[in-house]
Amino acid sequence: MNAVVPLLRVEDLDVSFGGTSVVRGVSFTVSPGECLAVVGESGSGKSVTAKSLLGLAGPGSLVRTTTLDVAGVDARNLSQRGWRALRGKQVGFILQDALTSLDPLRTVGKEIDDALRLHSSGSGSQRAARVIELLEAVGLDDPVRRASQRSGELSGGMRQRALIAAAIALDPVLIVADEPTTALDATIAASVMSLLGDLRATGSGMLLISHDLAAVASVADSIAVMQAGQIVERGTRDQILQNPQHPYTRSLLAAVPAGKPRFTRLSPTGDAGMDGVASVARPARTQPPATAPAPDVLPVLRARGLYKSFPMAKSAALPAVRGVGFELLPGHTLGVVGESGSGKTTTARMVLELVTPDAGDVELFGEPWSTVSEAGRRSRRSSLGAIYQDPLSSFDPRLSTSSLLADALSFGATRNPRKYTTEVAELLAMVGLEPGVAMRNPATLSGGQRQRLAIARALAPKPRVLICDEPVSALDVSVQAQILDLLDDLQQRLGLSYLFISHDLSVIRHMSDDVLVMRAGEVLESGKTESVFSDPQHHYTRSLLASAPSLPGSHRAQEGP
Amino acid sequence: MNTSKASLTRSPGVPGSAARWLLGKAGGGIFVLWAVATAIFFGIRMIPGDPAQAIMGGPGSQASAEALAAARAQYGLDQPLYVQYFGQLWRLATGDLGTSYSLKIPVSQVLAELLPPTLILAGLGLLVAWVMALVLAVISTRSGPVGSAVASGLEIVSSAVPHFWLASVLIMVFSTALGWLPPVSTSTPAGLVLPVVTLALPLAGFLGQVMRDTMATAQRSAFALSARARGESEIGVLLRHSLRHAALPGIALSGWAFGSLLSGAVVVESIFARPGLGRSLLSAVTARDIPLVTGVALVSAGAYVVIMALSDLGERLADPRIGPS
Repeated sequence: MNAVVPLLRVEDLDVSFGGTSVVRGVSFTVSPGECLAVVGESGSGKSVTAKSLLGLAGPGSLVRTTTLDVAGVDARNLSQRGWRALRGKQVGFILQDALTSLDPLRTVGKEIDDALRLHSSGSGSQRAARVIELLEAVGLDDPVRRASQRSGELSGGMRQRALIAAAIALDPVLIVADEPTTALDATIAASVMSLLGDLRATGSGMLLISHDLAAVASVADSIAVMQAGQIVERGTRDQILQNPQHPYTRSLLAAVPAGKPRFTRLSPTGDAGMDGVASVARPARTQPPATAPAPDVLPVLRARGLYKSFPMAKSAALPAVRGVGFELLPGHTLGVVGESGSGKTTTARMVLELVTPDAGDVELFGEPWSTVSEAGRRSRRSSLGAIYQDPLSSFDPRLSTSSLLADALSFGATRNPRKYTTEVAELLAMVGLEPGVAMRNPATLSGGQRQRLAIARALAPKPRVLICDEPVSALDVSVQAQILDLLDDLQQRLGLSYLFISHDLSVIRHMSDDVLVMRAGEVLESGKTESVFSDPQHHYTRSLLASAPSLPGSHRAQEGP
Repeated sequence: MNTSKASLTRSPGVPGSAARWLLGKAGGGIFVLWAVATAIFFGIRMIPGDPAQAIMGGPGSQASAEALAAARAQYGLDQPLYVQYFGQLWRLATGDLGTSYSLKIPVSQVLAELLPPTLILAGLGLLVAWVMALVLAVISTRSGPVGSAVASGLEIVSSAVPHFWLASVLIMVFSTALGWLPPVSTSTPAGLVLPVVTLALPLAGFLGQVMRDTMATAQRSAFALSARARGESEIGVLLRHSLRHAALPGIALSGWAFGSLLSGAVVVESIFARPGLGRSLLSAVTARDIPLVTGVALVSAGAYVVIMALSDLGERLADPRIGPS
């Protein structure tokens, strides 16, 4: 008998959809107790690889492999019945998209019980007891009540825990987790990762799929980097993180904002090829704006004592925003960090005066803004721009890129791009989009290109302040890096001021001069970014810092006591 | 990100909200019945002709002027319109539907006889439509693009077919040519088959289109993939997940569908010579039998109100995401 029989052995895996090859010649093994992370950006074929291991690549797929041993079973020509015996019993699969992976019409308890029932494990009452035990094991409070709830009644983190409970119900020898922490807040993501780490300690093998090297750095033993359907580099975690050989691995590492000081470039210069975008001439790096602004500098934006409550929301025992105040200095970035529900977006909407504050006021360039009438604001609205998390839903789906920009350039007077050909071309060049994009529909653009277009549209009326609400949260780390670099460039070139909102502490720390830490509608802590994060006063800031994923190789100031 | 915040705070089974829901439904129902009674009262007076003539045996009768005047006085037709209207509303509110002009027996007695066969016809029609729609939806999601296209074509054709044409074709094929089923409705179960199928087929096409869409979406969803990854079979995914999602829009539409079945019954009962509300309504309108028309319309509207409430309740029970509003 061999010393170690791998739980999973894949050799030369090819997957294609209708003649288009998406995975080519992928090979790897996972041994008991080992955690292999497969890292790559969207479209690199990593999710399809994971699904192929369970015969779930989907309709229209063609999977070929010379070896596919899953938990001691040769799975190359397995019947449907054979696959079903493996799924759930030998291999626990935690799928991407925790928010929609539970049936909204069924209780969580039933969903978990399915795994037990399908592999005929025990009587009804035994299974019910096991469900409660599992919910407790994944750290859900009040498991009896949780078992009778449906996914709509649970938060994102709870849903992911329930899914993990279903995946580990039968103590599978192998766990496959596809982006298990995407779409979760940082502190919740950290606790889910540590839960997965605990599972590994019980001797299960684990295959972890992610676009973010920093997210897997804490649990992976070895890492395989995938690009365009192929594994381009593999090695132990320390080899990959400390001494990456392949340029793509290096670019993925460089893209992680954690531990990169302000204005450090995250994406490769001349980023053609990463996003199909022409490289733009970049100005020489200049120093960030004076760290200590002259005392007579007038803030571009000042908010004082903002309050807002939404009486319609049944949960609104507390106002959504309570007593928030800040100043944004010209050419500076003010970061607002907090988890979902902390009141960040409501604050941004009050600044944009899309929502009228219940109390408090906003001043723009030293003049009253929230207290005057909309007619008094209209002429000044062009100095305030905004970009959002989901750019596509903020575009009129019937408009082409150039019409969208013409609409913004003419302040809504016309959507005919012919009058604005030069301006449209200038805007596209400014955000690093090819001129050919002008005639396309935004729906056909990639996520990174859409966000570039959103920035171009926001810049069209020549604003001086940009409100950025989670502008990179839906993007892969490598695309996020390009967008963050672009925002840096534009700030330096145009002297823009940013109010930058994110739940991601690493992004905020990389982008901001000053920072507000928000929770439950209140500002817990504020000040210069580096002083807040190197010496956090509030325990919540310390817990945020502790849960932010970071690369072990990168050295940054201590993370609090 | 934070989907359905509202449902986090949903408190199902609050007694106060259930009572409020019921009260709201009852209030809405009473309003509908009042509106129907009013529309009928004024609407039927716009039809040319003299109701007294109808009382005395229709336009063909040779009733004398004295006899007509006596009939007018007896039925209150010589009173001012507003007196007639409020008197009518009061009688209806106290449960007095009056006496049929043409049949000379209390309307309530006529309805007690006619309501059950129509309810049976419409109820069976709804049931059969549901079964056909679900079978079509399952077949089309399970059998790839060709099966899906065939099912979709069937649905469009059947939902576009008018009842009278469908009834004639079914009679020609199954009664005249094959002789399997009676061409007129009899009291035997066999006599029910053709009327029920005639009513159910167009509705099945309509329901099938809605259910198939929802079912296909559920089959492709992340939760279905999750279930497969737990070892669930394709049949299991269908039965435990997709079918329930597909049923939701069907339940929501069933109230409306039942209403359309009641109006379809007018045609179907006439063609198959089947006793029921629909056929009586037709003859009552022809005979200008105001009390009977009013009674049939009110009972149909009442049945519709009850069915709508039931379908709303069913929707709430089947979909926990809908809170008490």
